[in-house]
Amino acid sequence: MENMNTSILPLALNNVSFQIGEMRLIKDMTCEFNTGPCTTVIGPNGAGKSLLLRLCHGLILPSSGNITWQADEAAVTTAQAMVFQRPIMLRRTVAANVDYALKLRGVPRNKRQDRINSALSQVGLKRLLDTPAHVLSVGEQQKLALARAWALKPEVLFLDEPTASLDPAATHDVEEIIQAIHNEGTRIIMTTHDLGQARRMADEVMFLHRGRLLERAAAKEFFAGPKNDLAQAFLQGELLWWRLGKDNRRLENDD
Amino acid sequence: MNDFGDALAAAATLVVSGNPELIEIVSLSLKVSFSAVLIASVIGLPLGAALVLFRFPGRLSIVVMLNALMGLPPVVVGLIVYLLLSRAGPLGILGLLFTPYAMIIAQTILVTPIIAALTRQLVEDLWTEYEEQLRSLGAGPFRALPTLLWDGRFSLVTAVLAGFGRASAEVGAVMIVGGNIDHVTRVMTTAIALEVSKGDLALALGLGMILLALSASINAAAFLLRDITRYNKRSRTISPRVTKWKT
Repeated sequence: MENMNTSILPLALNNVSFQIGEMRLIKDMTCEFNTGPCTTVIGPNGAGKSLLLRLCHGLILPSSGNITWQADEAAVTTAQAMVFQRPIMLRRTVAANVDYALKLRGVPRNKRQDRINSALSQVGLKRLLDTPAHVLSVGEQQKLALARAWALKPEVLFLDEPTASLDPAATHDVEEIIQAIHNEGTRIIMTTHDLGQARRMADEVMFLHRGRLLERAAAKEFFAGPKNDLAQAFLQGELLWWRLGKDNRRLENDD
Repeated sequence: MNDFGDALAAAATLVVSGNPELIEIVSLSLKVSFSAVLIASVIGLPLGAALVLFRFPGRLSIVVMLNALMGLPPVVVGLIVYLLLSRAGPLGILGLLFTPYAMIIAQTILVTPIIAALTRQLVEDLWTEYEEQLRSLGAGPFRALPTLLWDGRFSLVTAVLAGFGRASAEVGAVMIVGGNIDHVTRVMTTAIALEVSKGDLALALGLGMILLALSASINAAAFLLRDITRYNKRSRTISPRVTKWKT
């Protein structure tokens, strides 16, 4: 891992909100991410999971509040990576996709080939080195996206529903890759809709609903019995938007 | 009808026999149009991509203006370039009027908005797909620009071809700034116009046939090149996987 001497963590969100027009999509979120565990962010659609990752990764800026890292901006940019729900492949070969990312991060040419081979071997795509990335299956593309991120040796890796729309076999492969990346010391912060995956992967769980962080707990503790009633309902598979109180008012404190 | 048949036969003879006058005109036409398209591509491709990647005041106005300039009347461009390059004009000292250089300048002005506007549209679609990934990897607009042009190269061939179509078919601007001078600035389109007015349909038809054939050939070559490149990339890699399925 690069930048091991100067860790960019902890990442702290202080009263962060994000809104588009009048709609507040992330509401007054305060939390901190330290080194170590694999954090899984769960919650129903529209909870703000992907937005939270994008805010942390710096792709969007908060409307209010602030997000701070331990290190300066240049170090933060190079020490984190993100893999998206739908893998975005450059119209180049598999190897060139990884090479491009390394080149952008300023990895010298003589070191790039080893890093490419190593990352592709680790995800099982070495045999497809010269294949145009666009002809790969969705599962292979997601593995390539992970290899591209892995090659960068990030300290923090954000994963936005990395197994959405993958079959169980591909999901298993991707989970193994994520676990391998985590085992190398990379801090994983991922979103998922798959509660089974959250149980398998997570060390800690964050439960979001309508832009609010309602519960954050160790995975075992959370799955044994979450404290928040909406989190309980979510784990039981209830549709949260049906949970209405008196006079059809939503139970949670909504803006 | 007989006149047309005779003219067509005479035109075919001129083409087959390799008439020197015909070759000279065709050669100059290609030089002028290729030069103009090359210069317009060097300006238009990055300009179109930059309009997608950079945010600055007046950007939308420039986009609207570029789209409007796609329909720029050649005679108006010819007139403006004529005024600029004429003895009394600000660039008259260069002595470029009634030379092939003046024709290249006029065609470049006509073609650049076409290439830039089409590039902007194509790159915008690609940027919609790539934006988050490139920004995530740390690519700013300056790094993203060549990436988008390279990854969109197959689609951008269409923009360049559209520019070439405009340049090679254009007659008004090159007539005004070139003057259609025999052995100096006579190109296919101006020669066709002249020969028709003189009633010499054979040469006009011969040039017309060559113009059509060239246009078709260049388009076909571009598409073939694109398909061959894509096919080679796919076949190189798909075949081992097919082999694997069979075993």
